[in-house]
Amino acid sequence: MMRYAKNALLALSLTAATLAPVAQAADEVNIYSFRQAFLIKPLLNAFTEETGIKANVVFSKKGLLERLKHEGKNSPADILLTSDIGPLYDASERGLLQSISSDTLAANIPAKYRDPENRWYGLTSRSRIIYASKERVKAGEISRYEDLADPKWKGRICTRSGKHTYNLSLFGSMIAHHGEAEAKQWTLALKENLARRPQGNDRAQVKAINEGVCDLALGNSYYFGKMITNEKKPEQIKWAESVNLIFPNQTDRGAHMNISGAGVTRYAPHKEAAIKLIEFLSSEKAQRLYAEVNFEFPVRPNTERSPLIKEHMGEFKEDDISLKQIASLRSAAAKLADQVQFDN
Amino acid sequence: MDQSEKGDSLIHWYGSTWLVASLVALPVLSVFYLALFPTENIWGHLVDTVLPVYISSTLMLITGVGVLAISMGVLSAWLVTMCSFPGKRIFEWALMLPFAVPAYVIAYVYTDLLEYSGPVQIFLRELFGWSSARDYWFPDIRTLGGATLMLALVLYPYIYLLVRASFLEQSNSLRDASRLLGCTPTTSFFRISLPIARPAIAVGLALVSMETINDFGTVDYFAVKTMSAGIYDTWLNMGNLGGSAQIASLTMMFVVLLIVLERFARRRQKQFHASDRYKAIETFQLSGIKGWVATLLCAMPVLLGFLIPVSLLATYASRHLDQLWTEDFLTYASHSFYLSATAALVTILIALLLAYSKRLHQRRSLTAASNFSSLGYAMPGAVLAVGVVIPLAAFDNSVDSFLRAHFDISSGLLLSGTSFAIVFAYSVRFLAVSTGAIESSLNKVTPSMDMASRSLGLTPLQTLIKVHLPLIRGGILSAALVVFVDCMKELPATLILRPFNYDTLATYVYQFASDEMLEESALAALLIVAVGIIPVILLTRTISSTRSAN
Repeated sequence: MMRYAKNALLALSLTAATLAPVAQAADEVNIYSFRQAFLIKPLLNAFTEETGIKANVVFSKKGLLERLKHEGKNSPADILLTSDIGPLYDASERGLLQSISSDTLAANIPAKYRDPENRWYGLTSRSRIIYASKERVKAGEISRYEDLADPKWKGRICTRSGKHTYNLSLFGSMIAHHGEAEAKQWTLALKENLARRPQGNDRAQVKAINEGVCDLALGNSYYFGKMITNEKKPEQIKWAESVNLIFPNQTDRGAHMNISGAGVTRYAPHKEAAIKLIEFLSSEKAQRLYAEVNFEFPVRPNTERSPLIKEHMGEFKEDDISLKQIASLRSAAAKLADQVQFDN
Repeated sequence: MDQSEKGDSLIHWYGSTWLVASLVALPVLSVFYLALFPTENIWGHLVDTVLPVYISSTLMLITGVGVLAISMGVLSAWLVTMCSFPGKRIFEWALMLPFAVPAYVIAYVYTDLLEYSGPVQIFLRELFGWSSARDYWFPDIRTLGGATLMLALVLYPYIYLLVRASFLEQSNSLRDASRLLGCTPTTSFFRISLPIARPAIAVGLALVSMETINDFGTVDYFAVKTMSAGIYDTWLNMGNLGGSAQIASLTMMFVVLLIVLERFARRRQKQFHASDRYKAIETFQLSGIKGWVATLLCAMPVLLGFLIPVSLLATYASRHLDQLWTEDFLTYASHSFYLSATAALVTILIALLLAYSKRLHQRRSLTAASNFSSLGYAMPGAVLAVGVVIPLAAFDNSVDSFLRAHFDISSGLLLSGTSFAIVFAYSVRFLAVSTGAIESSLNKVTPSMDMASRSLGLTPLQTLIKVHLPLIRGGILSAALVVFVDCMKELPATLILRPFNYDTLATYVYQFASDEMLEESALAALLIVAVGIIPVILLTRTISSTRSAN
């Protein structure tokens, strides 16, 4: 019986082995990524070149946390890589990430961009800024997120869905700074000022400004870089040239920030390699490369920003509020968006 | 063969049907299970705020897509089957082409084409001298209406395929009778063909509605808030997977209710094969202007659903061909092909088992089991993928702990994160498609065939292989075709369940298209269409030949 069982299991594992290569070798690191493969590939290649460790990736924007959770202690995943604080926060709250200790990371990444318990680390930062029409919005006419609620902007603002994670983080920061009741007033007033039903991505809003559909738009800062350098679609250069970038709230709390980041999974089979990869991503060289690929800001202090970013964005004041707090308010922010019928 | 042997064999059919049906039901059951544990009760909030919008836009979308898809599918199927007109031979297979185009791709393409900065509006502005969006009105594609049109254009082939198969199987005698009684082509269509095709229309419509309900890519891109929006919002933004499983389950129940109502409405109808099915169909000759109107009617869906989007993609792809082409495409294409072909085969086998077992036993419980296992189709792909992860990971982890405890070896994950997981998900998801097609074919084989074959001493299995399979070949082929193409296009489950460094054409398209980088994804999108077209053309031809024309 035992022998039969052993043979059956052997056969089963052999079958399984032929289904797909299960990444298990020692000089590998396995990533569950919320970021598209083409965005992180140059960095991972550089990592492999430097360390000889091969990086394997599964990319999906949803469902990976559930996969990680149910795979449990047998999960092959070592690292969770995300483009937003949301999934990092969710994963750490659900016990899917482990706390790691690394002096390198403590030195390279400012405290405001990492988990107080060291379960996740920010690797790049971006700001959610206001794009304003060069033609129709005078300099100084708008300088704070709060101003977006001013009735003088009625029918003049564009944004993507209020349910998009970038907007939810911004709404979350409004709740954190002003309390839920006031944030709701603000969201409602912003909705009343919209030129059209929220649709498209951040780029599409800048495009709408260029087309005269609206005068102001909310968007992440890196989209500007992606548009102004887009030689494959030169019309995007025109869109970018039609707007001014406004980093809001420079005289008070600073512009709302978000991160892309990473954490080591709770049962990571290649924990050492995983820490090595995150450390590599925080190194001077990778920070510059990482920021350049996607026009984001390096989190490592004193890393040189890309010439393009220096030219168009300069130095600005960042909102230092805890990202953990903002992430914890996402659910409240999503309900707020429902209550004011933001998307309808 | 003696009586007890026959009994044994029947029990085997019964047992294996239940086993397979339960396996296939596991993911849906997992979602029901998740629904028992919401992190908070979501309904109060939903009812107070956005639920009315979700419900009304979902209903409008289903109705709109249904009406459009039936109009295009039934009319074109009848024309190419029952009439002769210019181009008929080409339209027989060309009408299936839009099916190979993923809905999200057609949505991206038409937005590019019709938006303010697209070629159509630029042309109009230059023609009339308008200078900005405020000078004129142009229909907005990113609306409920736009989403309805996009989905109908790629989903009508479900109805076309099934209804055409049903027309091909119809008896000439009915039509001859109608002619003797003085019916024109039009009255014959409404009084004979349409009522007879009703079961096929119903099955097609059920598939179209389920695809519409579980669509997320298109409606999200067009900012139309259907139940899918609520499902994903509750799951991802409110961190309430249980609550979102509740919404998904309830939405699914609604679809089931629709299907049950329809079946109830035609519970007394029964049709069997015509004995003269190998005689060629005598068609209505549409000559002159009538013929060209028929050509135009058949050309519209092909033009809008295939030629326009594909030529636009081809333009994009050719512009940057050198930058877009990589050797990796061959690997992605082979992954897509391998997964889809395996899933099509598995799904057909399961569907045959379920349908034939139902025929053998005529038990309500079997019908229920087979219907239940088809539910996966009405669920958003990402939710179903979570439903697949749960039982597979549970199995893997139990095997692993058992082995660790008794043999001190670790097997790790055997099935999760392998192509098995993806094929399993595809089979669960698209079983409804193949069961629908195979059951409706099998039901048309008169029971006297079974009686004759069994009384001549064949076992149920021999009867299936020697008698039924040749008769329902057309139905099986259409089912295989539809599942294959559906799998080629499937996205959310593939993304979530795949192994490391494993891309299919669809996942490759998605990583760019999700960022609205249509040009970068154009070549891969074309390849999906190309790989999908080959079986479409081959199989539609074979299906036509199941009723050989002169």
